[in-house]
Amino acid sequence: MTYPEITIETDELPPRKTILQRSLSLARKQPLGFAGGLVVLAMLFMGIFAPWLAPFDPEQANFADMLVPPGSTSEMGGGFFLLGTDQFGRDLFSRIIYGARTALLVGFTAAIVGSCSGLALGVASAYFGGYFDLILQRIIDVFMAFPLIIMALAIVAIFGTGTDKVIMAITIPFIPRCARVVRSSALAVREMPYVDAARSIGYSSARIIFRHIAPNVVAPFLIMLTAFLGEAILLEASLSYLGLGVQEPTPAWGLMLQGGAEEYAESAIWVPIFPGLAITVAVFGFNLFGDAVRDALDPRLRSQ
Amino acid sequence: MKSRLTRFAASVVLGSALAVGAGSISASAQEYGGELRLVVGSDIPSYDGHIESTFGMIHPIRPFYSLLIRVNPDNPSSPTDFVCDLCVGDLPKPTNDGKTYTFKIRTGVTFQDGTPLTSADVKATFDKLAFPPEGIASNRKAYFKMIDSVEAPDPETVVFNLKFASGTFIPTIAMPFNFVYSKKDLDEHGYTWHQTHINGSGPFQFVEHVQGSHVTGKKNPNYYHEGMPYLDGFTSLIAPKMSVRLQAIRGGQADIEFRGFPPKARDDLVSALGDQITVQESDWNCVLIVTPNHKVKPFDDPRVRQALSLAIDRYQGSEYLSKIAIVKTVGGIGFPGHPISSTPEYLEKNIIGYGRDIEANREKAKALLKEAGHENLKFTLHNRGVDQPYKIVGTWLIDQWRRIGLDVEQWVQPSTPFYATLRKQKDFEISLDFNCQAVVNPIADISKFLPSGGANYSDFEDAELEKLYADLLETGDEGKQRELFAAYEKRVLNDLASQFITLWWYKINPYRSYVKGWKIAPSHYLNQSLENIWIDAAERKKQLGG
Repeated sequence: MTYPEITIETDELPPRKTILQRSLSLARKQPLGFAGGLVVLAMLFMGIFAPWLAPFDPEQANFADMLVPPGSTSEMGGGFFLLGTDQFGRDLFSRIIYGARTALLVGFTAAIVGSCSGLALGVASAYFGGYFDLILQRIIDVFMAFPLIIMALAIVAIFGTGTDKVIMAITIPFIPRCARVVRSSALAVREMPYVDAARSIGYSSARIIFRHIAPNVVAPFLIMLTAFLGEAILLEASLSYLGLGVQEPTPAWGLMLQGGAEEYAESAIWVPIFPGLAITVAVFGFNLFGDAVRDALDPRLRSQ
Repeated sequence: MKSRLTRFAASVVLGSALAVGAGSISASAQEYGGELRLVVGSDIPSYDGHIESTFGMIHPIRPFYSLLIRVNPDNPSSPTDFVCDLCVGDLPKPTNDGKTYTFKIRTGVTFQDGTPLTSADVKATFDKLAFPPEGIASNRKAYFKMIDSVEAPDPETVVFNLKFASGTFIPTIAMPFNFVYSKKDLDEHGYTWHQTHINGSGPFQFVEHVQGSHVTGKKNPNYYHEGMPYLDGFTSLIAPKMSVRLQAIRGGQADIEFRGFPPKARDDLVSALGDQITVQESDWNCVLIVTPNHKVKPFDDPRVRQALSLAIDRYQGSEYLSKIAIVKTVGGIGFPGHPISSTPEYLEKNIIGYGRDIEANREKAKALLKEAGHENLKFTLHNRGVDQPYKIVGTWLIDQWRRIGLDVEQWVQPSTPFYATLRKQKDFEISLDFNCQAVVNPIADISKFLPSGGANYSDFEDAELEKLYADLLETGDEGKQRELFAAYEKRVLNDLASQFITLWWYKINPYRSYVKGWKIAPSHYLNQSLENIWIDAAERKKQLGG
């Protein structure tokens, strides 16, 4: 028996888009998200390459150049102050570049640790249910009863100031917020047949939680994570502005604002203006980027 | 010595009379009436002057109380001009080889509750201050250690018997914290009643205190200094944030702030309001001290402590920090310019860290650290969460220490935990601390550096320092006092480098020019009875309208 030869004709696959093309396409579809992404990338670039980008040591006082306006050259020679200097004669441009490092360190650490811990707790709460879920959710209720900044202030009051303490103060309030959102998605996933199947063949609870449920709630998790990034940067700046966060001489935007806003708002307006702008742009950028991520991961919004 | 004293008094008076801007502090015919609105940058921890040391209490509460003697309110810059308040006539001359002082007390003085004030009240007050019962605090008890007993032989006489003649006795009893309390209150209500209640005999009577908001007082109609006070009353507004206090004066919601503003704030006010602002400035009997914890390695090694002092360029700091902070004067452990204090020339030649060649100082500092095996020392500077001048001086110090290759971080705490760390936990490496005193009284003031003084948080012992101070306290001869003072200073700053001095504060008080009669003192605790202040009503109307 012979079989007739069958020829299948196929259309040629479209050529693979380059990164540039994909970026342009994304920029057309999500212009605001794309702009936010650029801000995030710029911050990352500033943070990583700060030692090469900053023209001056951000912590080195230079009293001969105190409160020099933007666009001036150093009294001591050999330097140009693009954004001026602060009350200690430190270059504001260099401090803003290094400040991105502080913001990213605090923002990323707090957002990642907070949302990952929330993911684990939220999934576990949904999976185990019963008293474990009941008690955990009531504890979460207690934490969520406090506004974010109040909770962070309370934690700083207990543990003290400094970069590590600020990260802790921002991370802790993030955990219950992420856990609550993740739990609601995980409750639906828990009822899926593949979870029953995994349970029926004797997989451990940890394996089911981390291998079968957690990957299926990654969309809300990522949305929370990106939203937390902007919030964490703003919280760090707020705590530093209140004198409860990062301390001098570490360059941090909120701290720079605190040092300059009260005394120099009139006579040396560049001292508070530039760190204020940096905070605004960074938080706006992260929020836009977070919104774009949410839109991309939400099937309903994607179809629109 | 006497000529130095005269020169000192004259220079401080001149300095304090400096009026920046177009305002004037010259006296003219005083007017009666009006209400003074002062702003205070702190809440009131308690009303009890005997246990508090903060301007947050003195500024709103001092007007309700009298003192036995006080710094002359018409000449508050002088460190030696004391006058009677509740006593009458001139200050008494000591008898019994300088060991007995007899004060005659005014008659007809009453407390706010109507109780007559007698010598028994003065005796009860100083007994509480010098010999408090066990469990009762008296913050400046150590200052009164020369007092052996206080007697009240009749209602108009108080006798102080001293253990030894002491030049610090008069300045000590003139301290503005020595509020005279009613013996009846102490007997009936106990020794802590004044922490929460006010019953004084001062120029103003207490009306109300709204926590976190304000304190109000009204004129005492029975006040014993003739013709005073001029004001009908005052309101002390509580505003912890400096920008709020500044804007309150600028916007006409307040008339004056007595603690002082930084130079930039003064310049902003003068530039905005011109001759509507008067400014008085003065050296300030306050200094920030670097306090190493001798119980923590490597700060138990004097070479490390000396290196830290050597790294500080005090002269450049004075030049530049005085533009942004309330610090200015380079000095030793005693109030700069006081006859007993070391002169700038002496400090420059004899004290570690005061030499003009900063590069040489820093080379020596590096050599000392190398010798001690701590070239790349890393440590944390503990500081108080107050901008002026703590955080600014802290940031400056870190920059100075970086210049000899040290890696220093800053640990800032709000006031209450800051002091808990210094006094109880003691888990700091190096801390900033302050020595702010009221009456300029260097011999008493330098007890701050004494290990047994009660306010030295360096945690060390030194018998030689204790002996020098004991000898200093009991020496009446001025030449000998100067000699012992210098030896004590060298022991603190050179041999032990147990603590070291940053910069002395500089007081700048810009206020509305219709406020008249107040004279700046070298302390924000002094001359705060408000009795000599009056309001130029026409000028006030011109400035604020209505």
